[in-house]
Amino acid sequence: MDKEAQENIIKLLSEGLRQDDRKFDQFRDIEIELGVVEMAEGSARVKCGGTEVIAGVKMKLDKPYPDSADKGMLMVSAELTPLSNPRFESGPPSIEAIEVARVIDKGLREGPAMKVKELCVEVGEKVWSINVDVCPINEDGNLIDIGGIAAIAAINNAKFPLVEKDGKVNYKKKTDKKLPIDDEPLPVTIIKIGDHLLVDPTENEVAVMDARLTFIFRKDGKLCAVQKGGEGPLSVEDIKKMSDMAEQAVNKNRKILEKALK
Amino acid sequence: MTYKNRLDGRKMNETREITAKAGVIKKADGSAFFKIGKTWAYAAVYGPRDFHPRFMQDPTKGVLRFTYAMMPFSGMGERVRPGPNRRAKEIGMVSGNALRKVVNLEDYPNAVVDVVVELPQADAGSRCAGICAASIALADAGISMTDMVAAVASGVVDDTVCLDLDYEEEHYPEFAKEKVDSEDVADIPVAIIPSTGEVTLLQMDGIMKKEQLIDAIELAKKKCDEIAIIQRAAIHDKYKGN
Repeated sequence: MDKEAQENIIKLLSEGLRQDDRKFDQFRDIEIELGVVEMAEGSARVKCGGTEVIAGVKMKLDKPYPDSADKGMLMVSAELTPLSNPRFESGPPSIEAIEVARVIDKGLREGPAMKVKELCVEVGEKVWSINVDVCPINEDGNLIDIGGIAAIAAINNAKFPLVEKDGKVNYKKKTDKKLPIDDEPLPVTIIKIGDHLLVDPTENEVAVMDARLTFIFRKDGKLCAVQKGGEGPLSVEDIKKMSDMAEQAVNKNRKILEKALK
Repeated sequence: MTYKNRLDGRKMNETREITAKAGVIKKADGSAFFKIGKTWAYAAVYGPRDFHPRFMQDPTKGVLRFTYAMMPFSGMGERVRPGPNRRAKEIGMVSGNALRKVVNLEDYPNAVVDVVVELPQADAGSRCAGICAASIALADAGISMTDMVAAVASGVVDDTVCLDLDYEEEHYPEFAKEKVDSEDVADIPVAIIPSTGEVTLLQMDGIMKKEQLIDAIELAKKKCDEIAIIQRAAIHDKYKGN
């Protein structure tokens, strides 16, 4: 984005306006579609303004880590596909992709989203390993929040594949058994541009932001992860305001999610 | 001829259901979605744009770069590790080769045209779906071209030539519902320039009789004329009505 366009965004904000006419505390409309990828054990497509992601769940039987012999594994990865935005390049995951995945992952782990002990099949020998991959089709900002919603929706949609008598997984046959979900942590990111605080930033807004703060909330309203991004400093007053804005937004998003999961 | 009833009831010269849509990715210069049965391909075109590093540039013509990738959850079975593996790199290369003949790259000296194909779901025939999507995306991006390449896989199942094998047909003896005379299965992806009938991609995996190869190509070629119509319709539809 050129300098003029950047200045234009900041000028608009000082007049109380955003490029897409939203209020500062207003999320773009969220659409959630479940079970879009038949090959995956669970999946969801989430559209939010110009951002569209698909999250998919893959499961396999694996050996547990030695220090958690009776626990299954849950891991979130994000691919910033060169398909979705000219900013992304193919190759090993960029630091941006790693951060998106790590923040969503942290929320799900700390929540915790999963009763990982129920993923254990045989202590020390065999546990379910759950991989959640978030892939954008269209990227226009706020991948953490939208990817986070998609990850939770896909986990909710997932069904265990059948385990045959010989212990092999038959991926062609899904059982009715759902994942042992404990909580549904949802992220909300607030960015700061100058003196302005905005929810659900677009790519253009992210490009001029000073700092961002992501809050991940559990169902009971408690926080389970926080991450600051960007170089700009935040005052304690900023952080208070941002956490209030995030709380308001997450309550709305949770209602949208719950409606979709019904 | 022993394979009479296809596993999903299709005719021998019938593909799975095809849908195509242009302009699905907003930030791309051109894009498309191409779906054949349970195989879905998204394609985005970025460019012509500056090509870095500069020593890779060609002052006489542009470079078409094709990236193919399956999403980690796209396949039946265990997760596919993301990132370029040998298979993805090879498919990217042959797919790019399938397209270069129709793209007027001499119009874009020093530049690169990036074609990115990603598959959220793959049930055989993914490289052909990727090529079909890529052609629509290139046209959508307004890249100078002489034609849109169409592609489909032919195959041989139980000694019978048929079109567009799905996963179960590719593993036929395992899924067969009737007596199997020949356990040989072959998958033959073919890409065609519809206006000239020339073949720009040809691969074969499996076991087949030499005589059946030409039959298989002819079958694919005929179908490519129909796919070409669907590809053009996708471009037309984008500009119709809005």
